[in-house]
Amino acid sequence: MTIAEAPPSGPSPDWTDDTLPVDDGAEATPEFERAAERSKARRGFLIALPAYAYLVLFFAVPLLIVAVYSFGTRNRFGDTELSGWNLDAYRKLAEPLVRDIALRSLWLAILTTVICLVIAYPFAYFLATRTPTVRNVMLVFVMIPFWSNFLVRNFAWRVLLGTDGPASQLTEAVGLGPTRILFTSTAVVLGLVYGFLPFMILPLYAAIERIDLGLVEASRDLYASGWQTFRRVLLPLSMPGVIAGSILVFIPSLGAYVTPEILGGAKTTLLGSYIVTQFLTARNWPVGASLSFTLTIIMLFATILYFRKGGRTL
Amino acid sequence: MSESTARPRGGTKAFLSANAVLVYLFFYAPIILLVVFSFSDNRNVGTWGGLTFDWYRDFARNEPIQDAIWVSLRVAFVTTVVSVVLGTMAALALERFRFRGQRVFDALLYLPIIIPDVTMAVMMLLFFSQSIDIANDVFGTQWGKGLTTITLSHIAFCISFVSVVVRARLNGMDERLEEAALDLYATRWQTFRHVTLPLIAPGVAGGALLALTLSLDDVVITQFVAGPGSTTLPVYVFGLIRRGVTPLINAVSVVMLVVSIVLVLLSLVLQRRGGTEQSTAPSDDGAVGPRAAA
Amino acid sequence: MAFDISFSTGTDGDTVTDTAQTNTRTDGAAGREPAVGITGITKRFGDVVAVDDITLEIADGEFFALLGPSGCGKTTTLRMIAGLEFPTEGSLTIFGQEVGTLPPNKRPVNTVFQNYALFPHLNINDNVGFGLKMRKVDKREISSRVDEALAMVRLTHMGTRRPNQLSGGQQQRIALARALVNRPKVLLLDEPLGALDLKLRQEMQTELKTLQRELGITFVFVTHDQEEALTMSDRIAVMDRGQLLQVDPPEAIYERPANRFVADFIGQTNLLEGTVESSDTVCLLNGARIPLTTDLPAGRPVAVILRPERASIRRRGEATAGRSAVDGVVRSITYLGNAIVYRVGLDWMEIDVREENRPDSERLEAGDDVTVSWDDRAVAVVSE
Repeated sequence: MTIAEAPPSGPSPDWTDDTLPVDDGAEATPEFERAAERSKARRGFLIALPAYAYLVLFFAVPLLIVAVYSFGTRNRFGDTELSGWNLDAYRKLAEPLVRDIALRSLWLAILTTVICLVIAYPFAYFLATRTPTVRNVMLVFVMIPFWSNFLVRNFAWRVLLGTDGPASQLTEAVGLGPTRILFTSTAVVLGLVYGFLPFMILPLYAAIERIDLGLVEASRDLYASGWQTFRRVLLPLSMPGVIAGSILVFIPSLGAYVTPEILGGAKTTLLGSYIVTQFLTARNWPVGASLSFTLTIIMLFATILYFRKGGRTL
Repeated sequence: MSESTARPRGGTKAFLSANAVLVYLFFYAPIILLVVFSFSDNRNVGTWGGLTFDWYRDFARNEPIQDAIWVSLRVAFVTTVVSVVLGTMAALALERFRFRGQRVFDALLYLPIIIPDVTMAVMMLLFFSQSIDIANDVFGTQWGKGLTTITLSHIAFCISFVSVVVRARLNGMDERLEEAALDLYATRWQTFRHVTLPLIAPGVAGGALLALTLSLDDVVITQFVAGPGSTTLPVYVFGLIRRGVTPLINAVSVVMLVVSIVLVLLSLVLQRRGGTEQSTAPSDDGAVGPRAAA
Repeated sequence: MAFDISFSTGTDGDTVTDTAQTNTRTDGAAGREPAVGITGITKRFGDVVAVDDITLEIADGEFFALLGPSGCGKTTTLRMIAGLEFPTEGSLTIFGQEVGTLPPNKRPVNTVFQNYALFPHLNINDNVGFGLKMRKVDKREISSRVDEALAMVRLTHMGTRRPNQLSGGQQQRIALARALVNRPKVLLLDEPLGALDLKLRQEMQTELKTLQRELGITFVFVTHDQEEALTMSDRIAVMDRGQLLQVDPPEAIYERPANRFVADFIGQTNLLEGTVESSDTVCLLNGARIPLTTDLPAGRPVAVILRPERASIRRRGEATAGRSAVDGVVRSITYLGNAIVYRVGLDWMEIDVREENRPDSERLEAGDDVTVSWDDRAVAVVSE
């Protein structure tokens, strides 16, 4: 019976061979156990390494660079000076202009979220009470527009709401004149709701589906009206889904860019567009950076909140 | 979920059904109208003017558009391949191993999913501007933004999405199967190749389709990191839209729509087929058999 | 069947070492290398000690059971033999060769998993032939050996089916075939019959036993069902909370349990508390003296093990023919169909008495004064 010595440093991460520190078996020791665990951990790390390294280089580092830029200054030529660190870019965020934009974006995002909630909840409940086959079919038909090209979906509304578009033709036919929704906040909210409604439906559906609907029956049995049942039984039990869906709609709505660009107008500048102009036209990179960075931090907190509330992955 | 005891009746049911119908109408009306109008012989996109295929002919002959399509495809292909490999490896590392720094890695992997694309676009722009400048100084080259920067950016956010999908698949897979393989003399590589990989294949395929779709669809990030002569289709169309709505754009949009819908359906079919193969739930014989995780 | 058992209960009450010689039921196995040798094996998961310094030997050709409640460490022990876990300390040998630190794919051991773990994406033939394929055996040989294995479990025409098309019992047999086709030196089974319903389970118990006899391979199986262990095994190792309590053939386990836990875990039992008075008497709490042979020292607190079916119950006053007896009152009666269990209240405790349901047996009722008696040879004594 051979006693194992302290094993040599772990096996190579070679996939084609399966080696352990000793060739023949040996008596087990805590050192061996630890070495085996360490070599397994090492293997895991190496498997993760390519993706890890890639994300560090092409995600973490860029994020850091944004932070760095947010402390820089814009010189006369529109380039960025990184030498003198200051908080000018952040101070600019407190200016009325930016504040207005931020508030407007916040307001529209909240509006979008609430509208989505109101529309999606009955839909999700209806969906959850169908038979499995019907449910699957219905879900597929929710997914299809969800997955189709985002740009195109916004464009469709642009066409729909145009002064010569079908919506106008409809309203003109009843004597209301052409629809004037396009290029207003209403159009933007419409576009956002259209784009993100599935993000609200799916988590809500998942949460409602998990509820034992016998509880609803019990509630009715105890003389509760439909509304009371909803308020006191369904809503509290489906709250995780409500929160998840709200966050999933709120976050992209806050940072939306494509939808406001296509459906909104000059009067409805939102955060997304503002940031983009800082980089493409106004050439004030530090301000753009500071705004982006702030936005990112806020999103981060919102998502941590989501996971704390027991949210599951998408 | 208990069946039908809480199914809505009467007035509630009418309300809920109506709501559902309206939602579907809401979803599909714009898309359907768009498709219809793409065949309308009228310079004015929203008005019907008789059936025509002119716009699609214009689309086929439009050079910038065709170039943009080609760029999109090349970027999407490379993105998909790389992000599937890296994303699958990331998923394996997170689901089957425990190592130091795993939590950080996990968090890092989730970030690209949650941040809005505007901020991601900004990040990539700044990163590439800086690094390209530095590289040009150091190596005396004339590099600029282009296909490479677009692809690198796409991969950056696609890895995360792929890993989420593959992780879900790995999670649902019975780890005992891998133990059984080892018990039956398979090496770790053989276990992966003959047991793990076939069982997560639907997830990997789903992740690949997801990456493909995300890459083909992306607008903002690409816009920021594209260079002269390297526009993708969505970015080009986006530019067109801002200049005004034309029937050509309509036709292009419908083509893009059809492509994404086909991809969705494909991924659904794959998921469905993968699902039935996973379970070893026995037929019956009065015996309570095991239910392997689907 | 001759065996020589001596066991000591250590004062620390921790480990019980069994020095049973090889069960001579396995023809002339005594003196051969044990199929599995476990010496001082411990497994720790962080602070938790799952297996605490156990030592035992499993003889070649033995049908060996690891028995105990959930969490006792039996599955962990099995996994260590399989190689799915490494021991923290100790020596593990298979026919004399140290294997404790070898990975599972380098051990001549195969496992039948609790949920069968059949590969869902492969058909039956490929499932069964998997081990051979991994060892790069020639295709034709794989094919013939797979057929042979399927014939052994009587599922010859299932080759092209998928696991999910088979019933639970069939899946279990395929799992068996998949393991046996590799001709392992030791076959490990992890609660193999747990998922089957009663009738099927009994059928499979017989089949497994027959199969093992025919093949002559050592079977080591894990179960929490003590009836199963008693039925099938040549020897049983009883474990609790990581410790090995007793390793003996079924009869010894049942008749002479090493301690309270084993006595209680296996079958039903009454435990009558008392103290050792001398080497042939135990004094119960109520003062009654029970003739009993024991080598435990006088004054040691013990429990007398009285199995319900070993006790007889009569109305108070009827003769007990010089057997040991205690008086009590019937508290409740449970009718089991093939037997009747009386719960009898004694002065200081309650005991169960099980009588066969015969037409001529006396029918007692709750409240009746009775005397419970037993044959002196029918009891054993344990100290903790």
